[in-house]
Amino acid sequence: MHKLIATILKDFRILVRDKIGLVLMFGMPVLLVLVITKIQNSTFELVNKNKIELLVANRDSGKTSMDMISAIKKIGMFKLIHVPNEESDQQLTDRMHTKDALLALIIPEDFSVQMAARTKKVTAGALNSFGLEGGDTLNSIAKNADPVTLYYHPILEESFRKSVQGALHSALQMVESKQVLQQLYFSITEKPLSASMENELLNNQSPILEIPISRDGKRSIPNTSQHNVPAWTIFAMFFVVLSLGSGIVREKLSGSFTRLRTLPTPYWLALVSKQLTYLIVTMLQAVLIFSIGAWLFPYMNLPALDLPADLPGLCIVSFFCGWCAVSYAVCVGVFAETQEQANGFGAVSIVILAALGGLMVPSFAMPDSFQTIIKLSPLHWCLEAYYGLFLERGTLQHVVTSIIPIIGITLLFQVLIYTGLKRKNLL
Amino acid sequence: MTPLAIDIKNLDFIYPGQSAAIFSNLSFSVAAGSRFGLFGPNGAGKTTLMNLMTGLLSFETGSIQIAGREINKNDNGVKKLFGFVPQELSFYPELTPVENLQFFGAWSGLNSDEIKQRTAELLQMLGLLDVRNKPVEKFSGGMKRRINLAIGVIHQPEILFLDEPTVGVDVQTRYAIIDYLKELNKKGTTLIYTSHQLNEAEDLCDTIALIDKGNIMVHDKLHHLLHMHGQRGLEELFLDVTGKNYRNKHA
Repeated sequence: MHKLIATILKDFRILVRDKIGLVLMFGMPVLLVLVITKIQNSTFELVNKNKIELLVANRDSGKTSMDMISAIKKIGMFKLIHVPNEESDQQLTDRMHTKDALLALIIPEDFSVQMAARTKKVTAGALNSFGLEGGDTLNSIAKNADPVTLYYHPILEESFRKSVQGALHSALQMVESKQVLQQLYFSITEKPLSASMENELLNNQSPILEIPISRDGKRSIPNTSQHNVPAWTIFAMFFVVLSLGSGIVREKLSGSFTRLRTLPTPYWLALVSKQLTYLIVTMLQAVLIFSIGAWLFPYMNLPALDLPADLPGLCIVSFFCGWCAVSYAVCVGVFAETQEQANGFGAVSIVILAALGGLMVPSFAMPDSFQTIIKLSPLHWCLEAYYGLFLERGTLQHVVTSIIPIIGITLLFQVLIYTGLKRKNLL
Repeated sequence: MTPLAIDIKNLDFIYPGQSAAIFSNLSFSVAAGSRFGLFGPNGAGKTTLMNLMTGLLSFETGSIQIAGREINKNDNGVKKLFGFVPQELSFYPELTPVENLQFFGAWSGLNSDEIKQRTAELLQMLGLLDVRNKPVEKFSGGMKRRINLAIGVIHQPEILFLDEPTVGVDVQTRYAIIDYLKELNKKGTTLIYTSHQLNEAEDLCDTIALIDKGNIMVHDKLHHLLHMHGQRGLEELFLDVTGKNYRNKHA
């Protein structure tokens, strides 16, 4: 025990005197969490709170286009910027290139006329099918009529563009339905449809209640902090490979290692000490990042991290995540022959494992062929365990199924460390 | 019969993956309490032999006994019997002399009280008391050498292996180190020393062995060898035994 304490003390002293190493282990992860959460929060607000700027070139002089514009306004997703009617398509797209807006909508010249013709045709068809006199259903719509055009900037993601398209379609459908309804009503009753009736018929949709599931029955909506802070804390923990992995290699290549091998103490004690020292580092990382998320984020206009109710469970999950990260780093350090190998392999492998683990893209969104591979990433299980606590509001017993694989992978790393030391005659 | 500090018998050694043997049926011994110098040209096998004696390299055939105990990598008992001062500076430069001695003292098997006592003694003896709490990385080359030596002797070993202990230091530090080593020897520590500083070696060693191409060429009391070979000093004896040709082979 005396030797172990002396070794831990030595490792801690070296660690705290390595200012750059401390910045890498604590400063960089905090910065990473802040930047990623801020960016993702902006995206979240863009979609959910802020309005997207939409250039509108209304070249139609009829009423239907005005109805369509007010229907788009009602969706609440867009901030409409009207551009002069005479502005050409080229001028419009030039505005988009200068990022005046990422979307532009062109309502063609004869939009109202075409809409009226289409309505007439649909109404006639409907009336005829009821056995009433609806009139001619074949005429009306000009074959070369311009469609409503949506220009979009290519930086917009596919999923976001699809949601914009869906919103505009629903506005268009609302206008069409309204016209068809008015036309039908008039054809049958020869009276115009009253505003109240129209409102009742068109706007009386059944609501959809959205409720996030949670194990504690809490109905709070998960925010970007709940997603990002645990994910990037795991990334920070595993990134100790840069400090610890290369530190082990540096020690192996140094004269002090030669001396250590001649002393009456087995080398594994040095690795146990390093594991304990860096396990404390990973726990401190978690405490620091979670504290910043919970108490500092609100002062930075970011949603506060809502800590799980099961704090002992959070500590246990963090302990196993940290131990797994440290075991991986020691494993890299034992097998790497040079610091360049440890740093290069360590950094790249963590980014790959993070990507596979669902830190960058959610695991459920990955292709089927990846669903087995992602289970090999320790970061995946760490993330599952944290999400079980942070997002699903579960307790330790709810995330045991994620902790078991973490322990399994950690033990595998320990076996590899043992094998590596044996092969290098260090045990 | 004088007890032996080192007893090597029928040692064969080949580096893994190489075909030529470094040592073949090598045998020699060093009496306890002596100041033994191992010399030879570059590539003669000095460092390899030192590494074999300290357990840094393992061997298949033959035997090396340190104070009567077989050197074995897994036997921590035998490692308590000797200290090693490698040519390379072997400590943690981020730590102070006190912190280095605390750590290496613990790894050498001393308890807290022994470490405290030995640290104070060594810092005093080696003139490092004033800088005991400064990081070693800020020290001069001579001060680093003294720390390197202090760590090797903190557990008061019976046998001390020294690989070029004074390389790169000024004359004052060299004399101080040599005087300290002589003091240690007077108290009973056997010195196993290797260096290219033959003047220094002549001053320190009472027994020497000259090694070349993995063979012990001569091994005896220094004054006997000088007398037998009709040489005035160790340098002349060295050239007489090992020749004047360049040595480009690796050890």
